Amino acid sequence: MTDDDRLSAVLKEPDPRAGAAARRFAERAAASWSTDLAYATLASPIGELLLVASRRGLTVVYYADRGIEAPLAELAATRSPRIVASAARLDPWRRELDEYFARRREAFDSPLDLSSLSGFRRRVLLATARIPYGAALSYKEVAAKAGSPGAARAAGNALGSNPLPIVIPCHRVRHVGGGLGGYTGGVERKRALLAIEQQHG
Amino acid sequence: MERLPPFQVVLDRHSDEVWRVLRGMVGAQAAEDCFQETFLAALRAYPRLREGSNVRAWLLTIAHRKAIDHTRRRRHELPLEEEHEPAAPRAPEREIWSAVAQLPPRQRAAVVLRYGADLAHREVAELIGCSEEAARRSLHEGLKRMREEL
Repeated sequence: MTDDDRLSAVLKEPDPRAGAAARRFAERAAASWSTDLAYATLASPIGELLLVASRRGLTVVYYADRGIEAPLAELAATRSPRIVASAARLDPWRRELDEYFARRREAFDSPLDLSSLSGFRRRVLLATARIPYGAALSYKEVAAKAGSPGAARAAGNALGSNPLPIVIPCHRVRHVGGGLGGYTGGVERKRALLAIEQQHG
Repeated sequence: MERLPPFQVVLDRHSDEVWRVLRGMVGAQAAEDCFQETFLAALRAYPRLREGSNVRAWLLTIAHRKAIDHTRRRRHELPLEEEHEPAAPRAPEREIWSAVAQLPPRQRAAVVLRYGADLAHREVAELIGCSEEAARRSLHEGLKRMREEL
Protein backbone atom coordinates (compact mmCIF):
# COMPACT_ATOMS: atom_id res chain seq x y z
CA MET A 1 0.00 0.00 0.00
CA THR A 2 1.39 3.39 -0.95
CA ASP A 3 1.35 6.46 1.27
CA ASP A 4 -1.39 7.94 -0.91
CA ASP A 5 -3.59 4.88 -0.44
CA ARG A 6 -3.07 4.94 3.30
CA LEU A 7 -3.94 8.61 3.51
CA SER A 8 -7.03 8.06 1.41
CA ALA A 9 -8.11 5.04 3.49
CA VAL A 10 -7.80 6.99 6.74
CA LEU A 11 -9.65 10.05 5.44
CA LYS A 12 -12.42 7.92 3.95
CA GLU A 13 -12.88 5.53 6.82
CA PRO A 14 -16.63 5.12 7.40
CA ASP A 15 -17.85 6.76 10.57
CA PRO A 16 -21.15 5.77 12.21
CA ARG A 17 -21.34 9.27 13.67
CA ALA A 18 -22.28 10.54 10.19
CA GLY A 19 -25.59 8.66 10.21
CA ALA A 20 -26.38 9.78 13.74
CA ALA A 21 -25.61 13.40 12.82
CA ALA A 22 -27.89 13.14 9.78
CA ARG A 23 -30.78 11.80 11.88
CA ARG A 24 -30.23 14.56 14.44
CA PHE A 25 -30.26 17.12 11.66
CA ALA A 26 -33.58 15.91 10.22
CA GLU A 27 -35.25 15.82 13.66
CA ARG A 28 -33.99 19.32 14.52
CA ALA A 29 -35.05 20.74 11.15
CA ALA A 30 -38.52 19.33 11.78
CA ALA A 31 -38.65 20.42 15.44
CA SER A 32 -37.85 24.03 14.47
CA TRP A 33 -39.83 23.89 11.21
CA SER A 34 -36.77 24.89 9.21
CA THR A 35 -38.18 22.32 6.83
CA ASP A 36 -41.55 22.80 5.11
CA LEU A 37 -42.67 19.17 5.38
CA ALA A 38 -41.79 16.32 7.72
CA TYR A 39 -42.67 12.66 7.23
CA ALA A 40 -42.73 9.33 9.00
CA THR A 41 -44.17 5.92 8.31
CA LEU A 42 -46.58 3.93 10.44
CA ALA A 43 -47.08 0.17 10.34
CA SER A 44 -50.85 -0.26 10.58
CA PRO A 45 -53.14 -3.31 10.44
CA ILE A 46 -54.09 -2.27 6.91
CA GLY A 47 -50.54 -1.79 5.69
CA GLU A 48 -47.73 0.71 5.85
CA LEU A 49 -48.84 4.36 5.92
CA LEU A 50 -46.81 7.40 4.95
CA LEU A 51 -47.71 10.45 7.06
CA VAL A 52 -46.65 13.96 6.07
CA ALA A 53 -47.11 17.14 8.11
CA SER A 54 -46.50 20.84 7.55
CA ARG A 55 -46.26 23.38 10.34
CA ARG A 56 -50.06 23.74 10.11
CA GLY A 57 -50.83 20.09 10.61
CA LEU A 58 -51.10 16.68 8.99
CA THR A 59 -51.39 17.12 5.24
CA VAL A 60 -50.98 13.66 3.65
CA VAL A 61 -51.84 10.09 4.62
CA TYR A 62 -50.72 7.68 1.92
CA TYR A 63 -51.01 3.93 1.51
CA ALA A 64 -47.37 3.09 0.91
CA ASP A 65 -47.85 -0.26 -0.84
CA ARG A 66 -45.31 0.69 -3.48
CA GLY A 67 -42.87 2.52 -1.19
CA ILE A 68 -42.60 6.15 -0.22
CA GLU A 69 -40.20 7.47 -2.89
CA ALA A 70 -42.85 8.30 -5.48
CA PRO A 71 -45.27 10.17 -3.18
CA LEU A 72 -42.39 12.10 -1.59
CA ALA A 73 -41.01 13.06 -5.01
CA GLU A 74 -44.50 14.19 -6.00
CA LEU A 75 -44.76 16.36 -2.87
CA ALA A 76 -41.29 17.78 -3.55
CA ALA A 77 -42.47 18.84 -7.00
CA THR A 78 -45.92 20.15 -6.06
CA ARG A 79 -45.54 21.49 -2.50
CA SER A 80 -41.91 21.96 -1.46
CA PRO A 81 -38.62 20.06 -1.81
CA ARG A 82 -37.84 20.92 1.82
CA ILE A 83 -38.90 17.51 3.15
CA VAL A 84 -37.14 15.55 5.91
CA ALA A 85 -37.86 12.42 7.93
CA SER A 86 -38.94 12.99 11.52
CA ALA A 87 -40.55 10.36 13.70
CA ALA A 88 -40.89 12.83 16.60
CA ARG A 89 -42.71 15.46 14.54
CA LEU A 90 -45.32 12.96 13.33
CA ASP A 91 -45.73 11.42 16.75
CA PRO A 92 -49.10 13.01 17.70
CA TRP A 93 -50.77 11.67 14.55
CA ARG A 94 -49.04 8.31 14.74
CA ARG A 95 -50.31 7.92 18.28
CA GLU A 96 -53.86 8.87 17.34
CA LEU A 97 -53.89 6.48 14.40
CA ASP A 98 -52.52 3.68 16.59
CA GLU A 99 -55.35 4.34 19.03
CA TYR A 100 -57.88 4.39 16.20
CA PHE A 101 -56.72 1.00 14.91
CA ALA A 102 -56.78 -0.35 18.49
CA ARG A 103 -60.40 0.87 18.76
CA ARG A 104 -59.53 3.28 21.54
CA ARG A 105 -60.22 6.44 19.50
CA GLU A 106 -63.21 7.63 17.46
CA ALA A 107 -62.14 11.14 16.39
CA PHE A 108 -58.81 12.74 15.50
CA ASP A 109 -57.79 15.81 17.51
CA SER A 110 -54.35 16.88 16.25
CA PRO A 111 -54.45 19.66 13.63
CA LEU A 112 -54.84 19.07 9.88
CA ASP A 113 -53.42 21.17 7.04
CA LEU A 114 -56.08 21.35 4.33
CA SER A 115 -54.48 24.29 2.51
CA SER A 116 -53.93 22.23 -0.64
CA LEU A 117 -57.71 21.81 -1.03
CA SER A 118 -60.04 24.32 -2.64
CA GLY A 119 -63.51 24.72 -4.13
CA PHE A 120 -65.96 21.85 -4.37
CA ARG A 121 -63.33 19.27 -3.48
CA ARG A 122 -62.61 21.09 -0.23
CA ARG A 123 -66.31 21.34 0.63
CA VAL A 124 -66.83 17.63 -0.05
CA LEU A 125 -63.90 16.62 2.13
CA LEU A 126 -64.96 18.98 4.96
CA ALA A 127 -68.48 17.51 4.84
CA THR A 128 -66.95 14.03 4.95
CA ALA A 129 -64.78 14.97 7.92
CA ARG A 130 -67.98 15.60 9.91
CA ILE A 131 -69.45 12.12 9.38
CA PRO A 132 -69.45 10.53 12.86
CA TYR A 133 -67.56 7.36 13.71
CA GLY A 134 -69.43 4.24 12.67
CA ALA A 135 -71.97 6.22 10.59
CA ALA A 136 -72.30 6.43 6.81
CA LEU A 137 -73.52 8.89 4.16
CA SER A 138 -74.20 8.33 0.48
CA TYR A 139 -72.24 10.13 -2.25
CA LYS A 140 -75.44 12.04 -2.97
CA GLU A 141 -75.80 13.19 0.63
CA VAL A 142 -72.18 14.30 0.79
CA ALA A 143 -72.64 16.24 -2.48
CA ALA A 144 -75.72 17.91 -0.99
CA LYS A 145 -73.85 18.87 2.17
CA ALA A 146 -71.12 20.34 -0.07
CA GLY A 147 -73.80 22.54 -1.69
CA SER A 148 -74.30 20.64 -4.97
CA PRO A 149 -77.06 18.02 -4.50
CA GLY A 150 -76.81 16.78 -8.09
CA ALA A 151 -73.05 16.22 -8.05
CA ALA A 152 -72.79 12.73 -6.53
CA ARG A 153 -70.32 11.58 -9.19
CA ALA A 154 -68.11 14.66 -8.75
CA ALA A 155 -68.24 14.09 -4.98
CA GLY A 156 -67.02 10.55 -5.60
CA ASN A 157 -64.09 11.89 -7.61
CA ALA A 158 -63.24 14.39 -4.88
CA LEU A 159 -63.24 11.58 -2.31
CA GLY A 160 -61.10 9.47 -4.62
CA SER A 161 -58.37 12.08 -4.31
CA ASN A 162 -58.71 12.46 -0.54
CA PRO A 163 -55.19 13.44 0.65
CA LEU A 164 -56.01 12.29 4.20
CA PRO A 165 -57.74 8.90 4.05
CA ILE A 166 -58.73 7.40 7.42
CA VAL A 167 -58.43 10.81 9.11
CA ILE A 168 -60.96 12.32 6.71
CA PRO A 169 -63.18 9.24 6.73
CA CYS A 170 -64.07 8.82 3.08
CA HIS A 171 -64.54 5.13 3.89
CA ARG A 172 -67.83 6.19 5.54
CA VAL A 173 -69.28 7.25 2.17
CA ARG A 174 -71.12 4.61 0.10
CA HIS A 175 -73.76 4.23 -2.60
CA VAL A 176 -77.44 4.95 -1.91
CA GLY A 177 -78.41 1.28 -2.21
CA GLY A 178 -75.75 0.32 0.33
CA GLY A 179 -73.04 -0.63 -2.20
CA LEU A 180 -69.58 0.04 -0.84
CA GLY A 181 -68.27 2.13 -3.75
CA GLY A 182 -64.57 2.58 -4.47
CA TYR A 183 -61.68 3.46 -2.21
CA THR A 184 -58.25 5.06 -2.66
CA GLY A 185 -56.46 2.18 -0.97
CA GLY A 186 -58.63 -0.56 -2.47
CA VAL A 187 -62.09 -1.64 -1.39
CA GLU A 188 -60.68 -4.32 0.96
CA ARG A 189 -59.29 -1.54 3.12
CA LYS A 190 -62.63 0.28 3.09
CA ARG A 191 -64.24 -2.90 4.39
CA ALA A 192 -61.52 -3.31 7.05
CA LEU A 193 -61.95 0.26 8.32
CA LEU A 194 -65.75 -0.11 8.51
CA ALA A 195 -65.30 -3.39 10.39
CA ILE A 196 -63.06 -1.70 12.95
CA GLU A 197 -65.71 0.94 13.58
CA GLN A 198 -68.60 -1.51 13.77
CA GLN A 199 -66.91 -3.76 16.28
CA HIS A 200 -66.08 -0.82 18.50
CA GLY A 201 -69.67 0.45 18.83
CA MET B 1 -41.65 22.88 -12.62
CA GLU B 2 -38.69 22.21 -10.31
CA ARG B 3 -37.68 18.60 -10.12
CA LEU B 4 -35.52 18.66 -7.03
CA PRO B 5 -35.72 15.46 -5.00
CA PRO B 6 -36.95 15.66 -1.39
CA PHE B 7 -34.19 17.10 0.79
CA GLN B 8 -34.08 13.86 2.78
CA VAL B 9 -32.73 12.16 -0.36
CA VAL B 10 -29.89 14.70 -0.52
CA LEU B 11 -29.19 14.17 3.17
CA ASP B 12 -29.13 10.37 2.84
CA ARG B 13 -26.97 10.46 -0.26
CA HIS B 14 -24.31 12.92 0.92
CA SER B 15 -24.19 12.92 4.72
CA ASP B 16 -21.34 10.36 4.94
CA GLU B 17 -19.07 12.29 2.64
CA VAL B 18 -19.88 15.71 4.10
CA TRP B 19 -19.16 14.30 7.56
CA ARG B 20 -15.83 12.82 6.48
CA VAL B 21 -14.70 16.04 4.81
CA LEU B 22 -15.61 18.04 7.90
CA ARG B 23 -13.93 15.50 10.18
CA GLY B 24 -10.77 15.96 8.13
CA MET B 25 -10.99 19.73 8.18
CA VAL B 26 -12.04 20.54 11.75
CA GLY B 27 -11.81 17.27 13.69
CA ALA B 28 -14.50 14.87 14.81
CA GLN B 29 -15.77 16.95 17.72
CA ALA B 30 -16.28 20.19 15.84
CA ALA B 31 -17.53 18.26 12.81
CA GLU B 32 -20.91 17.80 14.51
CA ASP B 33 -21.62 21.55 14.72
CA CYS B 34 -20.24 22.23 11.24
CA PHE B 35 -22.33 19.35 9.86
CA GLN B 36 -25.52 20.76 11.38
CA GLU B 37 -24.70 24.27 10.09
CA THR B 38 -23.87 22.95 6.63
CA PHE B 39 -27.14 21.07 6.16
CA LEU B 40 -29.23 23.84 7.72
CA ALA B 41 -27.75 26.37 5.26
CA ALA B 42 -28.31 23.86 2.45
CA LEU B 43 -31.93 23.22 3.49
CA ARG B 44 -32.65 26.97 3.54
CA ALA B 45 -31.20 27.54 0.08
CA TYR B 46 -32.39 24.25 -1.43
CA PRO B 47 -35.57 25.39 -3.23
CA ARG B 48 -33.50 28.00 -5.11
CA LEU B 49 -30.98 25.44 -6.32
CA ARG B 50 -31.17 25.15 -10.09
CA GLU B 51 -32.29 21.90 -11.62
CA GLY B 52 -29.32 19.89 -12.84
CA SER B 53 -26.87 21.51 -10.38
CA ASN B 54 -24.03 19.44 -8.98
CA VAL B 55 -25.54 18.88 -5.53
CA ARG B 56 -22.42 17.18 -4.19
CA ALA B 57 -20.11 20.07 -5.13
CA TRP B 58 -22.68 22.54 -3.79
CA LEU B 59 -22.81 20.78 -0.41
CA LEU B 60 -19.03 20.40 -0.16
CA THR B 61 -18.65 24.12 -0.94
CA ILE B 62 -20.99 24.98 1.94
CA ALA B 63 -19.19 22.50 4.23
CA HIS B 64 -15.81 23.98 3.32
CA ARG B 65 -17.11 27.48 4.12
CA LYS B 66 -18.49 26.33 7.49
CA ALA B 67 -15.16 24.66 8.30
CA ILE B 68 -13.26 27.86 7.45
CA ASP B 69 -15.66 29.90 9.63
CA HIS B 70 -15.13 27.46 12.45
CA THR B 71 -11.34 27.54 12.11
CA ARG B 72 -11.39 31.36 12.21
CA ARG B 73 -13.58 31.41 15.30
CA ARG B 74 -11.44 28.85 17.11
CA ARG B 75 -8.04 30.11 16.05
CA HIS B 76 -7.27 31.58 19.44
CA GLU B 77 -9.01 29.00 21.57
CA LEU B 78 -8.06 25.34 21.27
CA PRO B 79 -5.02 23.84 19.62
CA LEU B 80 -6.51 22.18 16.57
CA GLU B 81 -4.74 18.84 16.86
CA GLU B 82 -6.43 18.04 20.16
CA GLU B 83 -9.81 18.32 18.55
CA HIS B 84 -8.74 16.36 15.57
CA GLU B 85 -8.48 12.86 16.90
CA PRO B 86 -11.24 10.45 16.02
CA ALA B 87 -12.75 8.34 18.80
CA ALA B 88 -10.19 5.54 19.10
CA PRO B 89 -7.63 5.75 16.34
CA ARG B 90 -5.05 3.02 15.93
CA ALA B 91 -1.51 4.27 16.22
CA PRO B 92 -0.62 4.75 12.51
CA GLU B 93 -3.96 6.40 11.91
CA ARG B 94 -3.43 8.71 14.82
CA GLU B 95 -0.19 9.86 13.22
CA ILE B 96 -1.91 10.59 9.94
CA TRP B 97 -4.74 12.47 11.64
CA SER B 98 -2.27 14.47 13.64
CA ALA B 99 -0.28 15.34 10.50
CA VAL B 100 -3.47 16.42 8.69
CA ALA B 101 -4.50 18.51 11.70
CA GLN B 102 -1.22 20.39 11.72
CA LEU B 103 -1.55 21.56 8.12
CA PRO B 104 -2.51 25.17 7.44
CA PRO B 105 -6.24 25.40 6.51
CA ARG B 106 -5.77 25.78 2.74
CA GLN B 107 -3.41 22.80 2.47
CA ARG B 108 -5.61 20.74 4.77
CA ALA B 109 -8.67 21.50 2.62
CA ALA B 110 -6.78 20.50 -0.54
CA VAL B 111 -5.60 17.20 1.00
CA VAL B 112 -9.00 16.31 2.48
CA LEU B 113 -10.96 17.14 -0.69
CA ARG B 114 -8.52 15.31 -2.96
CA TYR B 115 -7.90 12.21 -0.83
CA GLY B 116 -11.05 12.13 1.28
CA ALA B 117 -13.54 12.99 -1.49
CA ASP B 118 -11.60 12.14 -4.70
CA LEU B 119 -12.21 15.56 -6.23
CA ALA B 120 -10.19 16.54 -9.32
CA HIS B 121 -7.72 19.44 -8.98
CA ARG B 122 -10.12 21.65 -10.92
CA GLU B 123 -12.98 20.81 -8.55
CA VAL B 124 -10.84 21.41 -5.49
CA ALA B 125 -9.85 24.79 -6.94
CA GLU B 126 -13.45 25.81 -7.62
CA LEU B 127 -14.52 24.68 -4.19
CA ILE B 128 -11.90 26.53 -2.18
CA GLY B 129 -11.95 29.50 -4.53
CA CYS B 130 -8.48 29.60 -6.08
CA SER B 131 -6.80 28.77 -9.39
CA GLU B 132 -6.20 25.15 -10.35
CA GLU B 133 -2.48 25.86 -10.21
CA ALA B 134 -2.78 27.18 -6.65
CA ALA B 135 -4.87 24.16 -5.63
CA ARG B 136 -2.20 21.79 -6.98
CA ARG B 137 0.46 23.72 -5.13
CA SER B 138 -1.46 23.63 -1.85
CA LEU B 139 -1.93 19.89 -2.23
CA HIS B 140 1.73 19.21 -2.95
CA GLU B 141 2.94 21.46 -0.14
CA GLY B 142 0.50 19.76 2.21
CA LEU B 143 1.62 16.27 1.22
CA LYS B 144 5.27 17.24 1.51
CA ARG B 145 4.73 18.65 4.96
CA MET B 146 2.88 15.53 6.03
CA ARG B 147 5.65 13.24 4.78
CA GLU B 148 8.19 15.21 6.78
CA GLU B 149 5.93 14.95 9.80
CA LEU B 150 5.43 11.18 9.43
